[in-house]
Amino acid sequence: MSTLFINGKEYEYTNEPNLLEVIRNAGIDVPTFCYSPELKPFGSCRMCVVEVEYPNGRVVVNSSCTMPPEPNVKVSTNTARVRRIRKTVLELLLANHDRECTTCDKSGQCDLQKYAEEYGIKEIKYAKLTPEDMKAIDDWNPSLKRDPNKCILCGACVRACQEFQGHAVLGFANRGSKTVVQPLNGKLLAEVDCVFCGQCQAVCPTGALTIKSNIEEAWEAVNDKNKKTVVQIAPSVRVAIGEMFGLKPGENTIGKIYAALRKIGFDLIFDTNFSADLTITEEATEFVERLTKGGLLPMFTSCCPAWVRYMETQHPDMLGHLSTCKSPQGMLSPVIKELLPKYHEGYTKENITVISIMPCTAKKYEARRSQLKRDGKFETDIVMTTKELARMIKEAGIDFKNIEPEQADSPFGEYTGAGTIFGASGGVAEAAARTAYYYVTGENIADKDIKQMRGVDKSTRSKSVELDIKGTKVVVRVVSTLKEAEKAIQEIKNGTANFQLLEVMACPGGCVNGGGQPTSCKDAKIKEERAEGLYEEDRELPIRLSHENPDIIRLYKEDLEKPGSHKAHELLHTSYSDMFTGSYKDLK
Amino acid sequence: MTATSQTAIDFSKIDEVLGKYEYKKSNLIAILQKIQEIYRYLPIDAMTYVGTKIEGLSPATVYGVATFYAQFSLDPKGKYEIKLCDGTACHVRGSMPVLDAVKAKLGLTNGKTTTENGMFSLETVSCLGACGLAPVVVINEKVYPKMTADAVKVALDEIIKQEQEA
Repeated sequence: MSTLFINGKEYEYTNEPNLLEVIRNAGIDVPTFCYSPELKPFGSCRMCVVEVEYPNGRVVVNSSCTMPPEPNVKVSTNTARVRRIRKTVLELLLANHDRECTTCDKSGQCDLQKYAEEYGIKEIKYAKLTPEDMKAIDDWNPSLKRDPNKCILCGACVRACQEFQGHAVLGFANRGSKTVVQPLNGKLLAEVDCVFCGQCQAVCPTGALTIKSNIEEAWEAVNDKNKKTVVQIAPSVRVAIGEMFGLKPGENTIGKIYAALRKIGFDLIFDTNFSADLTITEEATEFVERLTKGGLLPMFTSCCPAWVRYMETQHPDMLGHLSTCKSPQGMLSPVIKELLPKYHEGYTKENITVISIMPCTAKKYEARRSQLKRDGKFETDIVMTTKELARMIKEAGIDFKNIEPEQADSPFGEYTGAGTIFGASGGVAEAAARTAYYYVTGENIADKDIKQMRGVDKSTRSKSVELDIKGTKVVVRVVSTLKEAEKAIQEIKNGTANFQLLEVMACPGGCVNGGGQPTSCKDAKIKEERAEGLYEEDRELPIRLSHENPDIIRLYKEDLEKPGSHKAHELLHTSYSDMFTGSYKDLK
Repeated sequence: MTATSQTAIDFSKIDEVLGKYEYKKSNLIAILQKIQEIYRYLPIDAMTYVGTKIEGLSPATVYGVATFYAQFSLDPKGKYEIKLCDGTACHVRGSMPVLDAVKAKLGLTNGKTTTENGMFSLETVSCLGACGLAPVVVINEKVYPKMTADAVKVALDEIIKQEQEA
């Protein structure tokens, strides 16, 4: 352990990767645009400059994110010199920025806006952008909106795409004042192999990359007297949305969410955790069948739409490995439309509008997949992210923090601990393992906590866990980020893969850190706290095994016969298609 | 910058180049130079292919490198490549009126660098090392010294006449 001085006070440091982290750990905030603890430091924005005096008297001004901490140096974070530099950086960035703040999607959550205010930028001495300078906005996909006029070229999105997903669809192009961030040759995101995970948007400090909003459609549906609005909420929304209302990350606010949704005016509220249980009974059945009857292994989970799109665009020759199960969102929507009218009067297949609340931008894309249509209409009508729901709650004037918790509706509201943990990397595999154990042995697993599968931090993006199902050895590989998934695929291709089940979540740490969640890129701990919130609920729920969910048991008894039945396949399973876009198809 | 007209790509040729450079990320610039030698420019499909085949790269990254360096062209070059020097010496001795004359003569407006018929392409370069002959224009390998707006038109007319007779 060594010490250094920050603003005249001595601080200890150990293995912090850079000076910026030491400064932040000391409780001093230094502004940054391009820095995220999950990404390699880049040093492009120059906002984190500090003055450093070395023991030999030499003084340098440098970006703290790219400097290693050194013993006994004297760091000053707020000298006149560094403040002047930061102000100039801000002025230059703002000169090249479309400053229509009030109508920007990021207004109120924008770092550029925040620092401009904090540093008292009142006047910009450079020329404003003219209408001729404005570049085209890309919102030609269901998930994301890219506005190059708001881009400050910090490169966080480029690094997120490269370092998390391994195949940067965004990149820098051109040079000097003509530099832009864009997909290949200025194409649309929908034209390149973007998987719509939204991590680029999650790390973007400005309004250059934002979530394509569906709030207005949701309000329209709520206000339409002829429509019955039915909501489903995904597992990880409940442990994150509170952050937008001043609650702690990881605090389970599901009761408050139910109550707020009712106040907004949605007619019935169900929980995607219920259909996560349903996914598990189907997926575990499929896995056990493949395992015992010699089907194609390893089997890949199919809950993550970004992962599914990655497979379809990058490895169409391996689609047979993907479980045919729809995702929990994809399962609940047709179940609601087909079966709900039996249980609730006034509801018909035609008048139900399903709105799902997801931590995910790719779910918006999933809902528009041609395979997820029924009678010519999309099974899921509207998808909103956690961020959008928070905005809707604020717009409705609801005091979320103090609202009295309520219950979900019947018959698709009950869930088990296994459904809840779907939101964290490793959760799907753990839930599936608990139920698969029962299907193989007829007994419940003794220790329901399969802790080796857990962990959402940077060091646990790839885990291999061996399970002993009464003599049958099964190896489960759990990965988050597509970069890690690609490594697992390469193992299969070169014959070194030793696993039978592969769980993939495209976002680092899983859905708790999804592209639709409140901003969590500046503090790596936030996603761990959210995951802990899910595991806490799992521990506290009376039922922790998907196959014991009473609503699921009833659903099979009355409507779907048994897991894997013909009826279940018709409603709950899907297919995939070759979406290879490379221009060298004949050579692949 | 966006590339427009594209030729069909024979990927086996690109595989040859990639093989020669061991599919290495660190050889990207050399690979792009070789591909440009084959096609006289960098076709988008070729860059997509390179970006997909080399580990650690993506098409967008390759495109970024190609657009960063002035030596790479995303538009097909003409049969006659005009390099107009705009180094300090050429600039002060009047290279800009020469450039304007070439653009006007060949109809290269709005940032276009290659003529519709694919005959001429135009680029400015920083210094050709022939400052004593400023302003200098090089067309393919031939050096045209001490150019003026009128002289460059005559030179171009000669080439056009030659082509029409051929």
